[in-house]
Amino acid sequence: MGIGLTTLLLLGALAPLGYLAFRLGRGKALQTMASGISMHSRPQQYGWYSVVWMGLPALGVAIAAALLSVFGVIAPSRELVLIVSLVVAILGLAQGMRAIRPEVRARNALDNIIRWLLLSAALISIITTVSIVLSILFEAMRFFREVSVWEFVTGTVWSPGDTFLEAAGRGDEVGEGTSFFGSVPLFAGTFMVTAIAMATALPIGLLSAIFMSEYATRAQRGIAKPILEILAGIPTVVYGFFAAITVTPIIVDIAAFFGLDASYSNILSPGIVMGIMIIPFISSLSDDVINSIPQSLREGAYALGTTHSETIKKVILPAALPGVISAFLLGVSRALGETMIVVMAAGVRPNLTWNPLEDMTTVTVNIVYSLTGDLAFDSPQTLSAFALGLVLFIVTLMLNLVSTYLVRRFKQKYD
Amino acid sequence: METEVKNTTSAGAATMAQKVETLPSERQTATPEVKMSASDLNLWYGDTQALHDINLDMYAREVTALIGPSGCGKSTFLRCLNRMNDLIPQVHIKGNVMLEGEDIYDPSVDVVQLRTFVGMVFQKPNPFPKSIYENIAYAPRLHGTGTSRSELDDLVESSLKRAGLWNEVADRLDTPGTELSGGQQQRLCIARAIAVNPEVILMDEPASALDPLATATVEELIHELKDNYTIVIVTHNLQQAARVAGYTAFFHMGRIVEVNDTDTLFTNPKEQRTEDYITGRFG
Amino acid sequence: MQRRLTGSANDPLIRARYRRESRFKAYSITALFVAFAIIVAFFTDIISQGYSAFWRAEIEVTLDYNERAERIGRFAIPEDLREIVSRGAVRSIPLQIRNNPALAGTSRTEWVPVYSRIDQYLKGKEELPPALVRQVDELKAAGVIRTTFNWAFFTSGDSKLPELAGIFSAAVGSLLVLAVTLVFAFPIGVMSAIYLEEFAPDNKLTQAIEVNINNLAAVPSIIFGLLGLAVFINTFGVPRSSALVGGLTLGLMTLPIIIISTRAALRAVPDPIRLGAFAMGCSRWQVVRDHVLPLSLPGILTGTIIGLAQAMGETAPLIIVGMIAYIPEAPTSIFESATVLPAQVFTWASEPRKAFVEKTAAGIIVLLAILLTLNATAVFLRRKFERRW
Repeated sequence: MGIGLTTLLLLGALAPLGYLAFRLGRGKALQTMASGISMHSRPQQYGWYSVVWMGLPALGVAIAAALLSVFGVIAPSRELVLIVSLVVAILGLAQGMRAIRPEVRARNALDNIIRWLLLSAALISIITTVSIVLSILFEAMRFFREVSVWEFVTGTVWSPGDTFLEAAGRGDEVGEGTSFFGSVPLFAGTFMVTAIAMATALPIGLLSAIFMSEYATRAQRGIAKPILEILAGIPTVVYGFFAAITVTPIIVDIAAFFGLDASYSNILSPGIVMGIMIIPFISSLSDDVINSIPQSLREGAYALGTTHSETIKKVILPAALPGVISAFLLGVSRALGETMIVVMAAGVRPNLTWNPLEDMTTVTVNIVYSLTGDLAFDSPQTLSAFALGLVLFIVTLMLNLVSTYLVRRFKQKYD
Repeated sequence: METEVKNTTSAGAATMAQKVETLPSERQTATPEVKMSASDLNLWYGDTQALHDINLDMYAREVTALIGPSGCGKSTFLRCLNRMNDLIPQVHIKGNVMLEGEDIYDPSVDVVQLRTFVGMVFQKPNPFPKSIYENIAYAPRLHGTGTSRSELDDLVESSLKRAGLWNEVADRLDTPGTELSGGQQQRLCIARAIAVNPEVILMDEPASALDPLATATVEELIHELKDNYTIVIVTHNLQQAARVAGYTAFFHMGRIVEVNDTDTLFTNPKEQRTEDYITGRFG
Repeated sequence: MQRRLTGSANDPLIRARYRRESRFKAYSITALFVAFAIIVAFFTDIISQGYSAFWRAEIEVTLDYNERAERIGRFAIPEDLREIVSRGAVRSIPLQIRNNPALAGTSRTEWVPVYSRIDQYLKGKEELPPALVRQVDELKAAGVIRTTFNWAFFTSGDSKLPELAGIFSAAVGSLLVLAVTLVFAFPIGVMSAIYLEEFAPDNKLTQAIEVNINNLAAVPSIIFGLLGLAVFINTFGVPRSSALVGGLTLGLMTLPIIIISTRAALRAVPDPIRLGAFAMGCSRWQVVRDHVLPLSLPGILTGTIIGLAQAMGETAPLIIVGMIAYIPEAPTSIFESATVLPAQVFTWASEPRKAFVEKTAAGIIVLLAILLTLNATAVFLRRKFERRW
């Protein structure tokens, strides 16, 4: 019996039981009231009360059994779980019926259950974070059992391919010590692409925000803002295509015009396109921040006889700086984690260089390529994806925390 | 010092000496020199007219108070005097405002320069989020009146001294202006305005956001500043007008109902509406 | 009298300051126009590359169900046209004959797609040998080759032959994935938001949850892919490449978006409404169910649509959970291997054959059209139901 079918059967059996429980519970309450005894709650609340008595323990048994078998503690057969759950459901129903008495506060009990239900939904986000951390950490630990942290952090050669041969039992075909997991070239590529992206996005985004919030009329702003935000809605795979098919050849041609030799997977092209993607983040966040600078500060500057741009440069931007920095950090965090653009337009060759016209590879590219081949799941190359992912997660988390902190400080100052 | 020199040359030394210890009652005997004057000034926000045919003379080295109930147009009028209303898109203005014979609404007038002659202090203290020193040095540096570090140091010191703030902040000029108390912030804003070396200072309810002690300090300051500057002050507080102003104009529904020297206006108003207002029957 | 207020005319310092002023303003306008120019260039580029894929060339051939065609479909085509007709068009002929033996020995005339290189030549995108060019031009002049709207692009799945490849299976995959995402993320997201906004006491746990949600919203999407791989596939044994694992992964990613927008919608309901309901003796849950939720529903839906649109365009985490398989037939359940529209775009983009470039761009046009519609719906909903308190 498949897991899907079991679930379906269980729910299929619980539904009519639930209906029965509701009718019986409400019926008992109505009957009690008919005999002149006043009850604490409304009759249908007693109905729901007995539904809870019926369903909750049964579902609990089923979920517990599922979890036990997933984590390999014991593996009860699905038929057994189904039967046990149904028995528990019927026992629960009987107990629920017995429990319905005039002094039972069914409404309060229901309210409490709903409260717990909502809380457990809210806890899922915490569980998600914890499982991100644990799962990535766990796999990364397995990686670091085979590769030293020191080599990973400081090594300048990344060539996992030979390890693959070793894992396939052909290790002796390659020379000794030919598998290298020095992540420096990957982070260099990620750093390079991020720097290019921010060098594109920051001036365009910030100046656009200044125009929209300081110079534009209300109507101009109403048009310009949504148009810029179109950029934020374009999927990254589309940007990747644009970078690879359109921007890269243009860059190669321009470089050739100046007598330079650019690679067809140069890092400049994905960097620029990533910058385009980040423009709306910078512009809309900066625009919000500039708009929340109180008008009185502007008037104070004007009353001293400053021009508009002097007011912007010397008073408004310094006041808005924490917000702009926070927008910048969020942009950096997006650029670091961006995957599709670099997978489609950047190179796969780890290359330590300062020349943006050469091909470089990045952290995210290597995560994708380590996990899309037909590799065994416990080969060091596959596991290296989790080590890289762990660093990526920690760095973006830091950036985000700093950025939220700055924004909160800024808001407190001007609210 | 440069500030002093400019004021004496532009205003004339004779009147200057006379101002120092004149009592309000003696003032009427002197012939006051008109610094700014509005004639037939009308202002619209979009289609609604906010000011109707305003005619008002503001005298040099005097405090002119603008009083009246909320929404009577007194702040709007004040903002006409250094063209702050230019920042609001739907405003249009008819009539003229003269600053020593020059119409400030003439198309050839440079607004930025106008505001160096006519400074302003706002209702809520609005120091820039910079150090105390930078708050004051900022505008002189832009206008090129203070270029070297020592000139700026002198200017910062003299401005803070005139604003009566020097003793309180001399040892912490590098702390942000926003960390001062409300009254200190407002005096910093006044020092900031003085540092530009204006001839007229507009004050829009400068003490309304302050506690009584700070208010008293600011009022004292206004009284001292009067010797060197022409001051126009909007206030809600009638006692304040009576304490600081030589002349008072009563605004109501966008018109000037009555204008006179302060003593006369408060003790012997000609108009019924003025009397009603100053005796607290409306407003 | 000397005029003092005409600074810009007589004061070089002020003139210089005004020059700086206009230069700065020009910079800011330029920046905005650069951004606009990029948007225009981007859309022009994609559309000009992709629109041709919505048309395809077809050729009218007489299919001869002879004996040799029973084994290899190509023999049903007249010999001189074998270079021109798509191999895929006649692939199923042996099967047809086997299923319906009566066909054997008959012949019929049909419009079938041409070989992709011929199609590309007719669209002016590829060169052909001179002899073939002459033949194709003659056929075209004779009306044997025509160009029609490429319905097959919307009705067929992926194919190794560019002239037959379509987006249908990917579209179905996207629909299944989004359905899973919605079923998973919507109830949990709305419930979390209700808890945080209406029930939660202000304690450490609540603060931890809030910080968590804000951080989750900023975690790179590829990390969610790693999570999906490690937890859903390796721990819980959800089938790799399936719409279920893709939907759950995207669901976790969409969750914070839904929570944040739902909270904003709940917060927009003014407190007097809650107080009024409490005053009538409603329990907290009754207040939420009967008063707050109905009022905030448009806001919740808007946020959900925006979250789904974002999930729909996502590729990286789905690649990690294996959703870039070659899927010619549309999946029929969430447990089967599936692909999604952006992943299909990615697969086509990595194809070296030139004919796939226009397919990729056309896939992008369809994807962008859907996303634009979704976002426009969200904006429309917000405008229509927006209420000012």
